[in-house]
Amino acid sequence: MSEPIIVAEQLTKAYGNNIAVDHLDLAIPRGEVFGLLGPNGAGKTTTILMLLGLTEPTSGRAKVAGFDPLRQPLEVKRRVGYMPDQVGFYDNLSGVVNLRYTARLAGIAGREIDSRIDAALKRVGLTDAGRKAVKTYSRGMRQRLAIAEILMKQAEVAILDEPTGGLDPQATREFLDLIRSLKADGMTILLSSHLLDLVQSVCDRVALFNAGKLGLIGRVNDLLRQVLGGSHVIRVEATGPNLEGAIAAVPGVKRVTRDSGVLRVEAIDDLRPQIARAVVGAGGDLTTIAAGYASLDEVYTQYFEGVRNAA
Amino acid sequence: MRREGSAFSGVGTVTMKELADNLTSTRMRLLELLIFVTGAGAAYSTIGVVKDQLSEYPFVFLLVFTYGHDPLPSFVAFLGFLIPIVAIALGFDAVNSEFNRRTMSRILAQPIYRDALLIGKFFAGLITLAVVLSALWLLVVGLGILLLGLPPNTDEVLRGFAFLLASIAYGGVWLALALLFSVIFRSAATAALASLAVWLLFAFFWQMLVPLVTVAIAPPDPYDPYSALHTINIGMDIARISPNTLFSEATLAFLSPTTRALGPVLSTQMAGAIRGTPLPLADSIAIVWPQLTALLASVIVLFVIAYVLFQRQEVRA
Repeated sequence: MSEPIIVAEQLTKAYGNNIAVDHLDLAIPRGEVFGLLGPNGAGKTTTILMLLGLTEPTSGRAKVAGFDPLRQPLEVKRRVGYMPDQVGFYDNLSGVVNLRYTARLAGIAGREIDSRIDAALKRVGLTDAGRKAVKTYSRGMRQRLAIAEILMKQAEVAILDEPTGGLDPQATREFLDLIRSLKADGMTILLSSHLLDLVQSVCDRVALFNAGKLGLIGRVNDLLRQVLGGSHVIRVEATGPNLEGAIAAVPGVKRVTRDSGVLRVEAIDDLRPQIARAVVGAGGDLTTIAAGYASLDEVYTQYFEGVRNAA
Repeated sequence: MRREGSAFSGVGTVTMKELADNLTSTRMRLLELLIFVTGAGAAYSTIGVVKDQLSEYPFVFLLVFTYGHDPLPSFVAFLGFLIPIVAIALGFDAVNSEFNRRTMSRILAQPIYRDALLIGKFFAGLITLAVVLSALWLLVVGLGILLLGLPPNTDEVLRGFAFLLASIAYGGVWLALALLFSVIFRSAATAALASLAVWLLFAFFWQMLVPLVTVAIAPPDPYDPYSALHTINIGMDIARISPNTLFSEATLAFLSPTTRALGPVLSTQMAGAIRGTPLPLADSIAIVWPQLTALLASVIVLFVIAYVLFQRQEVRA
């Protein structure tokens, strides 16, 4: 395997006594889509800023595309495209003019700028909107303009911070398709998110982040097995007195939790018939019973609950 | 620790972008209108009076700049008042607006250092200021030639030009101050108010405060005439903390060639001098050299403070 394109070794950032990122080790090979997952304030953005050389690490080292972001930030930034959380543009200027400005800052040769911008806008579906002022753009169009900027730069690495934040489901789907097409081009993508389900569908590997520490790292399916131990999750929608108790009494049920009217049952096997009988037996009205697929969300909740309990 | 790459790559691009923003913004249009109407109006009304009183005074043309005709103040007084406002308007939201528009991290993720952004914004502001002031200067000189029917002589042109440079330096001080506040305060309104507060202090209250502070620091001794001189000198030093004082002293020396000194002069020092004779330009420059240096030094000091604070700022909003 070739050398990883993003490497972090013992990367640490402290703001006074508050440690935002705590001895982070990371290696991302070229061409991978890697997800940094964690709640707000977990240190995802700080990590990204350190990788870009926009924040100095307190200790530790990083290497991006073969350069040290601390000493050679210009080389790193020439090769990395960055889409910040809630990306902003100059509202009174058009999309094209905004891109032209960053193209000049990026040092792209003058005669290439317009053709690259056209190609990038076409790719993200903003050819028509390109000449309009950015203030007329929707949130999704702004995000796509940010992707166009990364395409125009012909970046080797794209770092996307909360790329789907604030998008409606349709725009999110389109955006994820765009990320997949970038991956198909061979671009390495590092994205951060707190929306786990979305990330699950595009990421090769993910890292779970909490309070500055890297919890788990690996392929999504491996994590599912590792944390949930291959347990089955069953969703039950039913009304009736003390259903939790009745279901918990079924042999093989490990845990019952209530989440806004839906009961979530973890069991060692697919115990749907037994659970259905228990609900009916307890005098409850069963409306839905379904085998829920285990998602990253659950890995996440379970994992960090474990961390908290252990502490 | 050494970092690789030039701190200046991107300065030109940022300057051009900011310059374009400055020159096309509605805010700038309004200010240009204000400064042109008031400045040209003041000069025009003055020219009428100067024309009627065409004396033997050898520098009639410079009176266009300095002559105040009631109720209008002189052109120079107008500029002393308006330049800070224009400079503050150009700078108060330079840095914080990038944060508020959330463009800061995206721009800084391009291969440039932060230096380029700040330097570029400052240059763009200064160039805009220079363009506005030069245009106004040319307008007034043109009006003067047309209405007086008299071209300025070489000395007057040079003195007028020196005055133009001094007024740009004076604007630079206020621009650097506004830029500093735009780094310190995340809200543009707060930065604007803070800049205007400093402007108010120096434009209106400083001359009231100076005598109070002076008497407290160096009370004159009625039995020692030299202590009175000492008090006056201390008072002038305090007054010169204000860029407005520095600017008005500089314009006085440039535009009134008979000015021999800016402080108190003892009669013994005047022995042998012929009253009312103008000084050569080089001597006028020598008189206000400290004032000009102080104006430039203030620009540099304020910019450096803004620079250091900006370098230490976190990029995330």
